[in-house]
Amino acid sequence: MNLLALKMLLGDRLKYLGLVVGIAFASLLITQQASIFYGYAHRIGAWIRDTGPADLWVMDPQAEYTEDQKPLTDTTLQRVRSVDGVAWATPMWKGYLPVRLRDGTLVQARIVGIDDATLLGGPPRMVEGELADLHRDRAVFVDRQSLADLRTRRATAEGPPRDLRVGDRIDVNDFDAVVAGTFDRTPEFFWDPLLYTTYSRALAMAPRARKQLTFVLVKVRDGADVAAVAGAITAATGCAARTRGEFEDISESYVLAKTGILVNFGITIALGFVIGVLVAGQLLYNFVVENLRYHAALKAMGATNGVLVRMVLTQALVASTIGFGIGVGGAALSGLGLASGGLAFEMDWRIPLLGFAAILAVAAIAVVVSITRVLRLEPAVVFKG
Amino acid sequence: MAAIPTPAAVAAAVHCRGLVKSYGRGEQRVQALRGVDLDVAAGELLLLVGPSGCGKTTLLSVLAGTLQADAGRFTVFGDDVQAMTDDARTRWRSRTVGFVFQSYNLIPTLTAAENVAVPCLLLGRPRREALARARDALAAVGLAERAASRPGELSGGQQQRVAIARALVHEPRLVVCDEPTAALDHGTGQRVMDLLRGVARQRDRSLLVVTHDARIFPFADRIAHMDDGRVERIVDPPRQGADA
Repeated sequence: MNLLALKMLLGDRLKYLGLVVGIAFASLLITQQASIFYGYAHRIGAWIRDTGPADLWVMDPQAEYTEDQKPLTDTTLQRVRSVDGVAWATPMWKGYLPVRLRDGTLVQARIVGIDDATLLGGPPRMVEGELADLHRDRAVFVDRQSLADLRTRRATAEGPPRDLRVGDRIDVNDFDAVVAGTFDRTPEFFWDPLLYTTYSRALAMAPRARKQLTFVLVKVRDGADVAAVAGAITAATGCAARTRGEFEDISESYVLAKTGILVNFGITIALGFVIGVLVAGQLLYNFVVENLRYHAALKAMGATNGVLVRMVLTQALVASTIGFGIGVGGAALSGLGLASGGLAFEMDWRIPLLGFAAILAVAAIAVVVSITRVLRLEPAVVFKG
Repeated sequence: MAAIPTPAAVAAAVHCRGLVKSYGRGEQRVQALRGVDLDVAAGELLLLVGPSGCGKTTLLSVLAGTLQADAGRFTVFGDDVQAMTDDARTRWRSRTVGFVFQSYNLIPTLTAAENVAVPCLLLGRPRREALARARDALAAVGLAERAASRPGELSGGQQQRVAIARALVHEPRLVVCDEPTAALDHGTGQRVMDLLRGVARQRDRSLLVVTHDARIFPFADRIAHMDDGRVERIVDPPRQGADA
């Protein structure tokens, strides 16, 4: 009978297409919006993932995200290094500083100062130059994605307006710097240009302050328990010691809550779900109700409620699966377009899974509502014409 | 399955006494059957006739096991249908009763053969076997060549013949027909009734036919006239060619 149920479903092409397109639309809405949301959320922690091999990030306990400037005392570095289980610890400065280009254009940029000696925590993928070039006098590295943002707007004595390039001189908060290399980074939530230099040079660029250290990057000794070392660092310094995952999590939570992204996308995804319930549910319900006459005939001929329920479930499951497949495929295709345009779109494997669960929930709600009419159906109704 | 081994029940294919059925409650209550007594023999084609609202369709529904009577007893080929649970009655219907509906109720997205195969599939027969039997049943009603057609591609008469094939494919002992000729022209209606009478005669099946169509009275073995929820009289049919 399940095969007949499928023929009933597929036989009327127009109704079937309407049903599948409705479910596909709901699926597209849910998975596409969820993927954009996930993409944005995932980008918040991109810089943390790009920043090398540290097991722990030591920071002020009140630091809430990657760009939060709540500096530590300089002695914190030594105290962290003295904690048992710490293999190495390096200082990092991070903050916003104004960058003045050759034509006088002023741009706000994020500056990262890494350990002068080891250069640990440096740029993820060098494009021009080598990491060691940061040891050159006044050297800074600029991310490739921001070269156009650091373009001169007006002609200078050196020529017409053009993008920043290796060898150019820039002024970082009145510090004369030279672009010694470029690097590639994972697209981030934060849009300002990212510049790397050494820790001591970053301090020279930054305004004078009593506390200057932003983060301490920590590698835990082989065999040591990361959580235990983190606890020991906190006990010794009063600072928070967070794993990469923890730092990503708090950064995501903070930014999503503060920007309203979570609420806005949450509303859109919820709306997608509600529209999905309404569209797919209504279509599935209509499909069942339009076939009530035939269900009554089948019931009169001896189809049990169990048989009819299986038939309706088969129809709902097949329509939902096909509709979802088309919808999620459409979302993936739209994602290719969005991603190539630089927008955040990341379809984590959990999104199709949860999306399918949502569509199945939609189908289940529709089936439960419509199946009641089938179950209550008096077979004698079939004689009423 | 319960059975009442009375001599009358054994002799009659359908044996009912004192059937009562009402719809609604309070002032809206309508008494559809007011104590129906009726016997139908095996191999008999009995027409149920009477004015609209007299209880013909209700009696047909009760005897086919699709509606529960409020009171009274009846047996069909010895089975006490009234005493069965809903599930048992559903299974009993699938084995024992064939249905021909006024509006055919053929599933439009299935072919004629697939529609006819439905009762066999409901009985759990394999699909291949069910379709083979369906094709045989379609051949028996003269529609072998239309097995792959969908209902929308068939005329009204052809659809009713498909419905008859569907009613007979699983060889039920009782066939119930609700206004089988109502939507058909005179000639097609005559051919359909010829077919149904042949069915009753060939295999000792009992046929109960509800109709308003006086033109088919001559095809009956007996005609039960109903009025106000009772069988008022049972008469022999008029001779072929005589006025009904």
